[in-house]
Amino acid sequence: MKIRVIDRDGNKHELEGDPNSTLMEILRDADLDIEAACGGCCACATCHVYINDQWLEKISPKDDDEESMLDQAFDVRNTSRLSCQISLSDELDGIELEIAKE
Amino acid sequence: MIEKTDVIIIGAGPVGLFAIFELGLLNISCHVIDNLDKPGGQCAELYPEKPIYDIPSRVSITGQQLTDDLLAQAKPFKPVYHLNQQVEKIAKMETNEWLVETSLNNKIRAKCIVIAAGAGSFVPRKIPLENLDLIEEKNILYAVRNKSILEGKDLLIAGGGDSALDWTNELSKIANVTLMHRRKEFRAAPDSVSKMLELEKNKKVSFLLGQIHNIENLKNNKIKVLVKNNDEIQSFEVDYLLPFFGLKMELGPIANWGLNLMENLIKVDTEKFETSVPSIFAIGDINTYPGKLKLILSGFHEAALMAQECFKYCFPDKKNVFRYTTSSKDLHKKLNSS
Ligand SMILES: Cc1cc2nc3c(=O)[nH]c(=O)nc-3n(C[C@H](O)[C@H](O)[C@H](O)COP(=O)(O)OP(=O)(O)OC[C@H]3O[C@@H](n4cnc5c(N)ncnc54)[C@H](O)[C@@H]3O)c2cc1C
Ligand code: FES
Repeated sequence: MKIRVIDRDGNKHELEGDPNSTLMEILRDADLDIEAACGGCCACATCHVYINDQWLEKISPKDDDEESMLDQAFDVRNTSRLSCQISLSDELDGIELEIAKE
Repeated sequence: MIEKTDVIIIGAGPVGLFAIFELGLLNISCHVIDNLDKPGGQCAELYPEKPIYDIPSRVSITGQQLTDDLLAQAKPFKPVYHLNQQVEKIAKMETNEWLVETSLNNKIRAKCIVIAAGAGSFVPRKIPLENLDLIEEKNILYAVRNKSILEGKDLLIAGGGDSALDWTNELSKIANVTLMHRRKEFRAAPDSVSKMLELEKNKKVSFLLGQIHNIENLKNNKIKVLVKNNDEIQSFEVDYLLPFFGLKMELGPIANWGLNLMENLIKVDTEKFETSVPSIFAIGDINTYPGKLKLILSGFHEAALMAQECFKYCFPDKKNVFRYTTSSKDLHKKLNSS
């Protein structure tokens, strides 16, 4: 499966996804400068991304924990998600997103 | 006055706390310094309520429970804690001891330093806007150290957690406070939330829905904060902006101590966990070596081996006899007297 990412400098990347990983893990392992300080425990908000509108509804919605953690992020939008809380699946093949500023 | 001890531990995370115990077993005394207002490092600051499942023999234990138990385990050895301060400088003295200085101007000397600094000290998360340096010095407060400068001023407080709410309530007594948050829900203690809502109702505090979009410097010592809510942008002139967006970890002064680093981690050997500078050790998340896993479990092991080597620096003339805790009379005496 493919993941299409725009990094903080506006460069485009196409990454190979893996249905056993979270989105954060793929971004982190591709060295895309995503800090993910808490390692995916929804405790740091340093894995903040904007999901392309069209893909947003295919992802399971945020829970309270994620919504609260987003309070510590900057420039939170309707399309904001914490990438560690998104488990990949074949349905998300081709997903497009942008990494938020830190 | 300069205090004196055998070993200074930098960082009161789980690994630093367990090091007190391992050093104490060998009769080595410690002072522990941490930037946070409480011991426990990541466990206490980032996930106090979350359960950890890979501490041997503990089927499940929360970050806070683990911290409390480690504190209790270290207590018989009478460690001295210095919280709310960062270690800024270390220097070798003529006596061959280390002199450690903190941001609160505390000075302590010791024979060894153990760096258990995790991913660095917890510091407030800064606003990710460029060219803020000048404003950050004058008009942005990430922490309130001196309330009196805020008297009668116009303040914009940003955030929705405990710090934002507590300071809104507190500072509303002496200043014109506007609290700004991206939603009208707060992840703070219910008491502080209801107090804030009460103050808002009585017009002692204003609430503003939105997020920081940009900040501009004004000539009259004030700043203009552009606040974005959905697609609307409003501008606010205030004396001070107080952003409370939680804490992040930053390596900080450790980078300047002449240690051999690799990607912000301190290189150590796996026998003594000593750094490239003799008598300075590094254990826990801050160190790196082939095969390193950033686990609490690994940090505990590293603390035990580090203590063996510290013994040689602290008591060069004594022989270290290996004893189990089950049979150490020395230890039992300490446990009984505490
Ligand atoms: C959400 C989450 C879940 C986790 N789950 C697990 C798990 O299940 N199992 C597991 O084994 N690990 C887990 N971890 C990792 C574990 O918490 C860390 O490995 C552990 O905290 C490392 O301990 P430490 O003592 O080395 O450093 P830390 O806990 O990071 O503590 C370092 C301390 O040093 C202080 N400090 C740093 N520099 C200075 C300075 N210059 N002056 C003063 N103070 C300073 C900092 O303020 C901090 O308090 C998890 C981590 C997170 C974030
Ligand atoms: S990695 Fe910390 S919240 Fe996602």
